[in-house]
Amino acid sequence: MPKDQGIGASTKRREDVRFLTGAGNYTDDINVHGQAYVHFLRSDVAHGTINGINTSAAEGMPGVVRIFTGADFEGVGGLPCGWQVTDKNGEPMQEPAHPVLAQGKVRHVGDPIAAVVADSLEEARNAAEAIELDITELDPVVDMKAAVAGGAKVHDDLSSNLCYDWQFGSETEAVEKAFAEAAHVTTLELVNQRMVANPMEPRVAVGDYSRANDESTLYTTSQNPHVIRLLMGAFVLGIPEHKLRVVAPDVGGGFGTKIFHYAEEAFCTFAAKACNRAVKWTASRSEAFMSDAHGRDHVTTIKLALDKDNNFTAVHTDTYANMGAYLSTFAPSVPTWLHGTLMAGNYKTPNVQVNVKAVFTTTVPVDAYRGAGRPEATFQLERVIDKAARELGLDPIALRRQNFVTQFPYATPVAVEYDTGDYHATMDKMEELIDVKGFAARRAESEKRGKLRGLGINCFIEACGIAPSNLVGQLGARAGLYDAATVRVNATGSISVMVGAHSHGQGHETAFPQVVAEMLGIDENMIDIVHGDSSKIPFGMGTYGSRSIAVCGSAMVRATEKIINKAKKIASHLLEASEADIELKDGQFSVAGTDKSVAWGDVTLAAYVPHNYPLEDIEPGLEETAFYDPANFTYPAGAYACEVEVDPDTGAVDLVAFVSADDFGNVINPMIVEGQVHGGIAQGIGQALLENCAYDENGQLLSASYMDYAMPRADDLPNMANYRVDHSCQTPCTHNPLGVKGCGEAGAIGSPPTVINAIVDALQSGGHKVDHIDMPATPQRVWEAMNG
Amino acid sequence: MAEVTMTVNGKSVTKSVKGNTLMTDFLREELRLTGTHVGCDTSQCGACVIHVNGQAVKSCTMFAAEADGAEVATIEGQANADGSLSVIQAAFQEHHGLQCGFCTPGMVMSAAALLKENPKPTEAEVRDYLEGNICRCTGYHNIVKAIMAASGQDVSSIAAE
Repeated sequence: MPKDQGIGASTKRREDVRFLTGAGNYTDDINVHGQAYVHFLRSDVAHGTINGINTSAAEGMPGVVRIFTGADFEGVGGLPCGWQVTDKNGEPMQEPAHPVLAQGKVRHVGDPIAAVVADSLEEARNAAEAIELDITELDPVVDMKAAVAGGAKVHDDLSSNLCYDWQFGSETEAVEKAFAEAAHVTTLELVNQRMVANPMEPRVAVGDYSRANDESTLYTTSQNPHVIRLLMGAFVLGIPEHKLRVVAPDVGGGFGTKIFHYAEEAFCTFAAKACNRAVKWTASRSEAFMSDAHGRDHVTTIKLALDKDNNFTAVHTDTYANMGAYLSTFAPSVPTWLHGTLMAGNYKTPNVQVNVKAVFTTTVPVDAYRGAGRPEATFQLERVIDKAARELGLDPIALRRQNFVTQFPYATPVAVEYDTGDYHATMDKMEELIDVKGFAARRAESEKRGKLRGLGINCFIEACGIAPSNLVGQLGARAGLYDAATVRVNATGSISVMVGAHSHGQGHETAFPQVVAEMLGIDENMIDIVHGDSSKIPFGMGTYGSRSIAVCGSAMVRATEKIINKAKKIASHLLEASEADIELKDGQFSVAGTDKSVAWGDVTLAAYVPHNYPLEDIEPGLEETAFYDPANFTYPAGAYACEVEVDPDTGAVDLVAFVSADDFGNVINPMIVEGQVHGGIAQGIGQALLENCAYDENGQLLSASYMDYAMPRADDLPNMANYRVDHSCQTPCTHNPLGVKGCGEAGAIGSPPTVINAIVDALQSGGHKVDHIDMPATPQRVWEAMNG
Repeated sequence: MAEVTMTVNGKSVTKSVKGNTLMTDFLREELRLTGTHVGCDTSQCGACVIHVNGQAVKSCTMFAAEADGAEVATIEGQANADGSLSVIQAAFQEHHGLQCGFCTPGMVMSAAALLKENPKPTEAEVRDYLEGNICRCTGYHNIVKAIMAASGQDVSSIAAE
């Protein structure tokens, strides 16, 4: 029987009721009395020198409160970068200034130049049109390899467009030796295209200021309100934490792009004080396309060495990673520590070396997007393995199995130690779900209909539960990456849990209480989660990197353990028994071996009405906080497969089946976990088949709306009968109290190479000597690949 | 400014609006019915779908003045009279057809319009009908399942994992 509550139950989501009835409270639903509206005048050229900004006509327009330009922010800090990468020569990365509003130059289409604050949005927009800009266009910097070869510089004060040249993993000598001695070497050049995260809720910021107590409040669409408070308060605006409140209410999806601290947040907070009036900004979708941090955008050459027995002996990569025009909050970490550390994959390859050149271009900044570095690593590795199998005439499943890591813990050549896993188990499950044995018959049936059918398989590993602070500190992080929870038990026994994690679709309000209810043996409905408001929650780092339950959930467990310890002391006093004899089960504290007991509510009441209470031993009240800093990353892993049918006449790809076998360790709410995988896979399929953020050679953003950027629709995904996600293979994480690993990014990491492997397999079956197709595999690209 | 009168979720409303006021802004700002969302500026995401005289309409692409005299239904009016979730809303919760909730009002309104014109749609018909509603969280699987379940079709045997 499935459980009906607690850990492992598919409890229906309580937050759904408000979302389904229109009662959600998203940032754009918040209006502050008397607020003004801001419209940003953004650059429509990729690169240019600002000679002058004439706002005089605009200032006289109806409703204008004030117009700001870069000059207004000269005494203010720039947007900080939270991660400093050290290059292979021991030098720190080149770190350009990132002003709130452009100063001196514009560096990408969408770079904010001026901000018009007015009584209404319409008036702000109208006034912005009256601003006269004098900009001399400079050469755009679009292609990464050209950007580091010379030509125009994005930042005149930096020595070049190279942010860093990073090398990581095995020593060069050992890697070169392995390649020299290899029986076979497979090489692949590939592109992991630029993506836009596209949460359905565009970003919004509302800044408010109270003269009464000199306090600023920012309502914002963020995955991590405390991080924004810290970055904006300490580095940009100089507001101490106790005078700055950041609230991220209901947030309509994030996928990474709402982690970062953005100029618009700092602007609205700054302008609210400057104008003594709340200031609101709501992005249009087109504005989102040119101001939300983008994702991916790597160009890579990967080489795989195999010995005569087909064992992997070395992996070597050379990657160009696009940073865009400025360093977004965590941008430098994505192609390095979130990418290089995963380049061993599921395999015991003894030599792995990763080389990354991070490059400035005149494009929107690039940062973490669902998976962040790990999809890029997986795509390279799994594509080159598939190509090697084909070159050597080997079964791609057998080749992978032969090289799997099977002994744990396993220290990779790229700095991380996998604590546990069972890659054969997920591969077995995947083979069963896709029915590998029946593929030949299905292919024959497709061929009868004139279609080419391909089977693509893929394995992946990721590092989640970000992250051990001491480790990431050594790697350049400028923050700790623990999380925090406060468990506040009320007098009548109900509980508020204040958490640092932020829920923007993940269902924390349902899943987190399941854990506390399990530990205390009380009804889940007695427990509420409070998140998203820096004035209510302890200093936690928010939600990204599939970390919420692994890190913040662990903090919540630790705080609940403290609650239980104190409650047992109180119960032992009430029961006049030894504390060591007190047992907690189903919400009852009892004395072992007796029928004496007190209920949860009796103990909580005693804590707050301490008439009969051991005041000499313990304080009244029942509220505990815990901070949890993980000992290691967690390592979810899995095996995915899909089948495609390609129309040889048109190149159209029909994704006819998709299965995933994931190992997430223990699972709190299976329904929510499956939903996370569904969403991740859809984004990965979107990357494989549809989505592409394109710039032309002038640095113009060609895909700045849903007219031009192909988001996956319902009919782009496989039918229900041919779509299965499984997480029954479970090797619990060995170092956190729940044994959980995290599930948010797996689908987006595991699915793109699965689809491309399947398409190549289909084309090969039709006699087309196609080794690789870059994403998105549009009908045009597939047709061109088939037709030379 | 012109005066418009319409019935919104069964209640008569009269307001003065500017000629260029979009229906979404009228609902969200004038009536404070903030369940109707705006997710794009090209009429493609469908987060703003409402019903006007029984037809599904993208309210971002219509002026409030155009709704003068109309019967308008929004997400706020979809629950049963006793406040409990409607069949469609309940199916979305039961089958985990929403995550962040932002596209959800539009999905529910589109689903209601679909089931009105096609009470027992096939899976392919559901997927086709949702062409104008984008969801970034769910991968659509559970939305499709919820809509089919809401139509009274048994989805218990369909790839439940």
